[in-house]
Amino acid sequence: MLAMFQTANLQVSHFTAALIFSLFSSVVFGITTRSYPRDMFRYGAYCFAWFMGGLFVASWIMWLLHH
Amino acid sequence: MAKSEATSTQAKAPPEPISSMALIAPALGWIIPGAGHIVQKRWIRGVVLMVSVFIMFFLGVAMEGKIYQPNTGDLLDILGFVGDAGAGGLYILGRMLNWGGTAITSATADYGTKYIVVAGLLNIMVMVDAYHIAMRRKP
Repeated sequence: MLAMFQTANLQVSHFTAALIFSLFSSVVFGITTRSYPRDMFRYGAYCFAWFMGGLFVASWIMWLLHH
Repeated sequence: MAKSEATSTQAKAPPEPISSMALIAPALGWIIPGAGHIVQKRWIRGVVLMVSVFIMFFLGVAMEGKIYQPNTGDLLDILGFVGDAGAGGLYILGRMLNWGGTAITSATADYGTKYIVVAGLLNIMVMVDAYHIAMRRKP
């Protein structure tokens, strides 16, 4: 089963890759940096929102630079 | 003067004794991400962290990301290795089974390489968290 990952040759867009990256990074940030479940969830959501916001801002900056 | 010394003495907390769990939990968490929490009966946290690190690592492998080796002599490769090595057991497994691409040949492989490095770095955060729980600095 594990070998399946090695041969999967997964192709994703930059946006999808950044979205998945943001999701799991935010989960780990939330759990490891806060003490209580409610705070963990809120901080995880906060990090995810910043990741996504940064992604859109960076995308528009690159678009403007390109044009 | 004497008053300020007394105040500073009061402010210092006594050092906490290091329990065996404070050594076992991070070590176990390095070998199996999330296991440091599970062994301390933080079931949900442990499973969620385990799933997060595992998915990041395996998606990285599936994207044909590169797993860095320690002795290439290139500074960037050494930094990549430090990140990868944080994933512990997953990194060892990946090296043993020769997973990952040998060179970054596409944009997706580059994303995969970053996924693998970040999985290792996130696991270091998870290990530190397991240590803090064992030292009773966190509930």
